[in-house]
Amino acid sequence: MHMMKQAIAAVGVVALAAGVAAQKMQIQGAGATFPNPIYSKWFSEYNKLHPNVEVNYQPLGSGAGIRQVTAQTVFFGATDGPMTNEQLQAAPGRLYHFPTVLGAVVPVYNLPGVNGDLKFSGAVLANIYLGRITKWNDGAIAGLNAGVKLPSTDITVVHRSDASGTSYIWNDFLAKVSPEWKQKVGVNTAVNWPTGVGGKGNEGVSGVVSQTPGAIGYVELIYALQNKISYGDVQNMAGEFMKASVQSVTAAAAEAAKQMPADFRVSITNAPGKGVYPISSFTWLLLYENPKDKAQSRTMVEFVKWALADGQKFCAPLGYAPLPETVVKLELAQLAKIKVS
Amino acid sequence: MTTRARRRKLVSSLFVGFCGASVLLALVPLAFILFFVVTQGVQSLSVDFFTHMPAPVGEAGGGMANAIVGSLILVGLGALFAVPIGILSGIYMSEYAGTRFASIVRFAADTLNGVPSIVVGVFVYGVAVLPFKQFSALAGGLALGIMMIPIIARTTEELLLLVPGTMREGALALGATHARAVFTVVVPAALPGIITGLVLAVARIAGETAPLLFTSLNNRFFTTNLTQPMSSLTVQVYTYASSPYQDWHRQAWAGALVLVFIVLACSLVARVATRKLVTLSSH
Amino acid sequence: MKRPENLAFRLGTGLFGLVLVLLVAAIGLELVRQSWLSIEKFGLSFWRTQVWDPVAGQFGALPFIWGTLYSSILALAIAAPIALGIAVFISELTPSRVKPVLVFLTELLAAIPSIVYGLWGIFVLVPAVRSLESAFPDALKALPFFSGPPFGLGMLSAALILAVMVVPFTSSVAREVLKAVPLAQREGAYALGATRFEAITAALYYARTGIIGAILLGFGRALGETMAVTMVIGNSPKLSLSLFAPQHTMAAVLANEFSEADTPLYLNALIEIGLVLFVITLIVNSLSRLLIWSMARPARQQAAATSVPAAESAI
Repeated sequence: MHMMKQAIAAVGVVALAAGVAAQKMQIQGAGATFPNPIYSKWFSEYNKLHPNVEVNYQPLGSGAGIRQVTAQTVFFGATDGPMTNEQLQAAPGRLYHFPTVLGAVVPVYNLPGVNGDLKFSGAVLANIYLGRITKWNDGAIAGLNAGVKLPSTDITVVHRSDASGTSYIWNDFLAKVSPEWKQKVGVNTAVNWPTGVGGKGNEGVSGVVSQTPGAIGYVELIYALQNKISYGDVQNMAGEFMKASVQSVTAAAAEAAKQMPADFRVSITNAPGKGVYPISSFTWLLLYENPKDKAQSRTMVEFVKWALADGQKFCAPLGYAPLPETVVKLELAQLAKIKVS
Repeated sequence: MTTRARRRKLVSSLFVGFCGASVLLALVPLAFILFFVVTQGVQSLSVDFFTHMPAPVGEAGGGMANAIVGSLILVGLGALFAVPIGILSGIYMSEYAGTRFASIVRFAADTLNGVPSIVVGVFVYGVAVLPFKQFSALAGGLALGIMMIPIIARTTEELLLLVPGTMREGALALGATHARAVFTVVVPAALPGIITGLVLAVARIAGETAPLLFTSLNNRFFTTNLTQPMSSLTVQVYTYASSPYQDWHRQAWAGALVLVFIVLACSLVARVATRKLVTLSSH
Repeated sequence: MKRPENLAFRLGTGLFGLVLVLLVAAIGLELVRQSWLSIEKFGLSFWRTQVWDPVAGQFGALPFIWGTLYSSILALAIAAPIALGIAVFISELTPSRVKPVLVFLTELLAAIPSIVYGLWGIFVLVPAVRSLESAFPDALKALPFFSGPPFGLGMLSAALILAVMVVPFTSSVAREVLKAVPLAQREGAYALGATRFEAITAALYYARTGIIGAILLGFGRALGETMAVTMVIGNSPKLSLSLFAPQHTMAAVLANEFSEADTPLYLNALIEIGLVLFVITLIVNSLSRLLIWSMARPARQQAAATSVPAAESAI
């Protein structure tokens, strides 16, 4: 009933509406789709605790997070690939990176008749995506998967068609394990793919893979779990074949936490150590040090404090790994630098 | 009957058959689409759909209250921009129909009508989002307005031309100024038609997605603040359709049903009004 | 009757007409201004090259231009005969009582929002196309038009959905054009003993410029269509003849990447794609209006004059 009244009021006073919602604060943000499930959970929970604070987060992609925060069309951005030095210099003010959670990107595939998880090495994944390995029963794949009867099907490579942080993490990993990838393709949210077909969003990729026998793709872990698509183990630096899970991603973060750079711009793909899932990544919020709107700034700082503490308990059910304690401490120190008055 | 005559007859009936089949062929997808939108949409429509906000990602429930109100506001804003410009330029085109400038305006209107909606979105992002550093309902309304202007202008023009010249001449002969003749005699006579044009323009614009993607963006919350991003049914349906969640797919169908209902209602109103108009003018 | 009030009225309403003209000019200029970096850097090679590589900062629009033209031409190849069939059926063969019903139904097709077509495309059309593609005989798959794995998402789905969307536009304009053919033209043919087919094809021939205009108008619609296409075409910027291959269009790449482009050059290149799309649709639409007008105008004048020498109709 309350809603109906609001609705009627809204239609009636279109022209005068600008001032109506004044006492409510709405903060605009945009960016990565990879953390969208946890972010929308956070903003919804936070709104329940603080009904006057509405954070409108639009998952347009990491590229959009960087571009729109630089253009100041949103108050904060979010990205899965840290901003480059040039991008930071192009911004009209000083931007800070705040890691919020960690996630994993997994290779998903559709091979009817193959039971159990396939094992992949970085080199094999790179060669598949370079178009060098084109059959599922190629010796390189068979060598890693003794005892699995692989079909002679053609491999259909599926990648993202939009600029995506998930692609950034995937490319970052491939570039670390394959010099050829680094030189020929490079690392970015959107690249010139040597082979394959494009799907829009994590959903597009999961859709094409699950509908195409012989397809391989990569998606954020939660999308593989929710759509019940098989995903493979990936060999880490220590030589173990690891399955993506909250534990194995946390292990990757623990390694990174030991040498966290001051600006938090760190890649943890192919991290050293035991029990580490190698295609893991932080995901970051982007905030200005000295934003014009101090009221919004104050609210946002309060929100980040909440997200780093109470908010972390929402991670595991959604397939994300919570931040290591040491990283949270460092972040709180950086958070104190943001001007709120 | 000669073979030639028989062959000509046969070709002719084949041709008639093809034309009839074309109509059926076009009606099949129409029936298909309406069938799916209605059956899928009805299942997912509930009171919640109209009164609740969207749920967090992956959680069931929630609705599109904010998007429905947002769409109404955005279309209203579009009309606010477009109606004065559209009607007055339409009056110009019909009153000065023979002039060179009227042809230029007509050409501009037709060109504007043909500009792809996504290009309008890009244009408005450049002139109304970037300079103010804010995605906003106003920018979205402007984009929709730009798309409405040519539709309103051309219908106004054509309907004013239908008003018998004798009415206008009568008013002028009584000593009225041109403006007075137009606004007190010609426009009122064509008013039902002009309103029909407006309704049709609204029907077309209410279903637009592309011009809103980079202008009014989207908003998870209910807002009436015109300087902030605003949700719309179309953008919300697009977001939900390309998500991996069953529940959101259901809501996308429900949103599509509401959209189709609005569009059909507008078209029906317009059709009934035109029929009335035609019968009136034929008396 | 030169009164100052009348001049004020003319200027006043003319000013609003001017707004329309300025708006078109502003769109063109703004697109040029915002894509200047890319225009300067790539020049004409932007239209000819097919690498779209945001990492290296190399941008060529050819795959998008190709995808747009290919999907629109395919759509028209399907839609044009059907649209003409409908136009002929409604204007020549239907009793006048049924006419409004058929007109209303075909116009409903035009009224359904693009996003609804897209939604239906994703969940109904694409799976159907995928099974059609899987069931395709291998002998035909050897042809370049049907090569590649069956995704469902791709050129075929896009062309089909565009065809459905374009039919109502082309058929309604074609109907208008047929209306402009003088009645005497048809009556003459019937009087000479022509069958329906012969009389109607003569009318179509008489109206040919207008008919081409109607088809071009549908083509212009198809070129700029965004949402329904981007939801079903697969969004992959690779040149291909195959109907099964995922491809991309100019409008779709804008919808996909515009808000994400994170370098100025990338953004400028995208806006230049918008500019190219604007220019192409401008040309196609102007041409089609020209054809329709040139057909409708003399025909209307002829219709007004009661007797028209039959010989003239053959010109």
